[in-house]
Amino acid sequence: MSTPAGLRRVTLFVTCIVDQLYPAIGKATVQILERQGVAIHVPRGLTCCGQMAFNAGFRDESYAVAGRTIELLRGQGDVVLPSGSCAAMIRHLYAELFAHSPYAGPAAELAARTYELTEYLVDVLGVTDVGAHYRGRITYHDACHGLRFLGVGRQARTLLAHVREAEVRPLPNGGTCCGFGGLFAIKQYAISEAMLERKLHDVQAAEADLLVTGDASCMTQIAGGLSRRGSPTRARHIAEVLANMVDVRPV
Amino acid sequence: MSTHTLHFFDRVDTALHDATLRTALDRATTRFVGNRAGAIGALSDADRLRDQARALRAYALSRLDELLERLAERVEDRGGHVCWASDGEEAKRYIAELARSRGVRSIVKSKSMASEEIHLNEALERAGVEVVETDLGEYILQIAGETPSHIIAPAIHKTREQVGALFEQHLGMPPTTEVPPMIRAARQALRQRFLRADMGISGVNFGVADEGAVVIVENEGNARFTTTVPRIHVAIMGIERIVERLEDLAVMLQVLARSATGQKLSVYTSIISGPARPGEADGPEEFHLVLLDNGRSQILGGQYAEALMCIRCGACLNACPVYQSIGGHAYGGVYSGPIGAILTPLLQPDLPDNHLLPHASSLCGACQEVCPVRIAIPDLLLRLRADAVKAGKFHPIEKTAIQTYATMMNNPALYRASGKFAHLGARLLRRKGRIRRLPPPLHLWTRGRDFPSLPAQTFSEWWEERERQRRSG
Repeated sequence: MSTPAGLRRVTLFVTCIVDQLYPAIGKATVQILERQGVAIHVPRGLTCCGQMAFNAGFRDESYAVAGRTIELLRGQGDVVLPSGSCAAMIRHLYAELFAHSPYAGPAAELAARTYELTEYLVDVLGVTDVGAHYRGRITYHDACHGLRFLGVGRQARTLLAHVREAEVRPLPNGGTCCGFGGLFAIKQYAISEAMLERKLHDVQAAEADLLVTGDASCMTQIAGGLSRRGSPTRARHIAEVLANMVDVRPV
Repeated sequence: MSTHTLHFFDRVDTALHDATLRTALDRATTRFVGNRAGAIGALSDADRLRDQARALRAYALSRLDELLERLAERVEDRGGHVCWASDGEEAKRYIAELARSRGVRSIVKSKSMASEEIHLNEALERAGVEVVETDLGEYILQIAGETPSHIIAPAIHKTREQVGALFEQHLGMPPTTEVPPMIRAARQALRQRFLRADMGISGVNFGVADEGAVVIVENEGNARFTTTVPRIHVAIMGIERIVERLEDLAVMLQVLARSATGQKLSVYTSIISGPARPGEADGPEEFHLVLLDNGRSQILGGQYAEALMCIRCGACLNACPVYQSIGGHAYGGVYSGPIGAILTPLLQPDLPDNHLLPHASSLCGACQEVCPVRIAIPDLLLRLRADAVKAGKFHPIEKTAIQTYATMMNNPALYRASGKFAHLGARLLRRKGRIRRLPPPLHLWTRGRDFPSLPAQTFSEWWEERERQRRSG
């Protein structure tokens, strides 16, 4: 597909979890970016950034998955991910994974053109109001990797502040980990549950009907806890809020 | 491996079910985190100060051998003695022999993690010497027969109610939950020990190479007592805890106090350079500096060298949601929390649960965020995980899972097919749009959390369909 001159073009990497579990987040991301006049390209066969194997210590397996991802994203311009964690893997951890390897150069080149969604919208496109609308009380959880390894958080708050009719309420300890941590949630399930318990306590204290975050993984953890406890508070990815797609998914 | 695995998880389980521990940890870590944030926030140039602190640590480590030799030389010039201890055994032998040859019967100790690391008290007690801890927290633990669970607040796992009961039982004081009377009782008991002690043993916060001096910071005055009243002072210092110049302390003492307790400076800062000189009324007759290597020089040249920058402030423990949940003892080593999950495997390589410690982290990065010298703790934890895998230390199910994952992610056709398969499975499992129970090993997820039902169409399928329609339309 050819791109008209002057139109921005980005490569969208929705990540494996969004692809398989939450296509609505991917669709919402497409809608938000296209409304800003951005042409989207999705490379065929793109699957995963390799973080799961990397975090587990299986670097050879991670190298294979991430190496393939680097190949698929070669020469593809700006890459946008609706995930601070996967973007941080590419921007921060690929340097470690590919140090002293033939991919060291391509990894650094890719890192320099990789963005988390809210970061891309606010810092690159200069957008603060995407025309979103939500009648209710929103509270925002800073997903750890975006917050601490990319410095993302301010952008999401700016975007949420412009959601019409929404009351954005502070989340106590909003930057504290929800306890997901990838395989940590399974391998250290008891600690993970204890951390989730605190997060749910804080979410309740925020008195919001919508918990919003920038990572589908953290959203799965918090939503899983809310659902198990029968809480009326729903958890959504920020893209779903910004694309007015909060009601598309159940639970 | 499996029994050791159980040991670690048993400790975690015990900690998570200990409501009193949760209360104690909540109270203390909340206070520490708040105090630190206030003290760091009050600085106009906190980032620059931390950069300077990191640079000073990096510099000291890059010239460690030279600085240590200078320190030793100047200590000896000032009439002190230096013991180069390559491991804990050498350090303990030196101190025990010193105690024996000088007829020492009673020792007072101020806080020292290095002495905990080598289990010094046990060795001295075996040699027939009485050892009394004089830091209030350490004193409480000595009475209770427990070990420290925090670098700077050793008895952080105890509530004041528990300490009150302990003092009632051991010091015969009336029941109380008030802190001041407990402090008075401890002070009274300790005062006699100070006056009777023949030897004082202290830790070291920083050795100052140019001055041949050691710096000790504290809030209770017990370290100053320990290092001045008894006729012999032995200071134990991990070899990495060094700065070159006295001026460097202007940076290091600030970041240490602000990160540790939220103070601008600790109440007492003692700079000790050797024994009392002729004509001086105060100070010990003898000063001995034990330079403890115990595995540190092995770390120095390798991929974990950055861990040696640690100045033992404890900020990463307080900030860590895992530490906040399980406390220090669950880690199993002398050092706990995020930095402990790195230091314990490196400094106590024989502990059976070592390979599990780096996994006791969600990699949230709160530790690195507060570290005064910006140690990349999550990166080091990830390296330790990779090393453990290389050494074959992993659960067989994990390896199968990771290999399946990698095969799938590298093969789009297989990735799609397994996605379809998972979707079918999820349809069988879902009730009211959510899954309450997954099959093993994923049942560990659904123990306390629901899982979403899988969608009928993946994002890629939707996208390809849309692209087809666009092209044909």
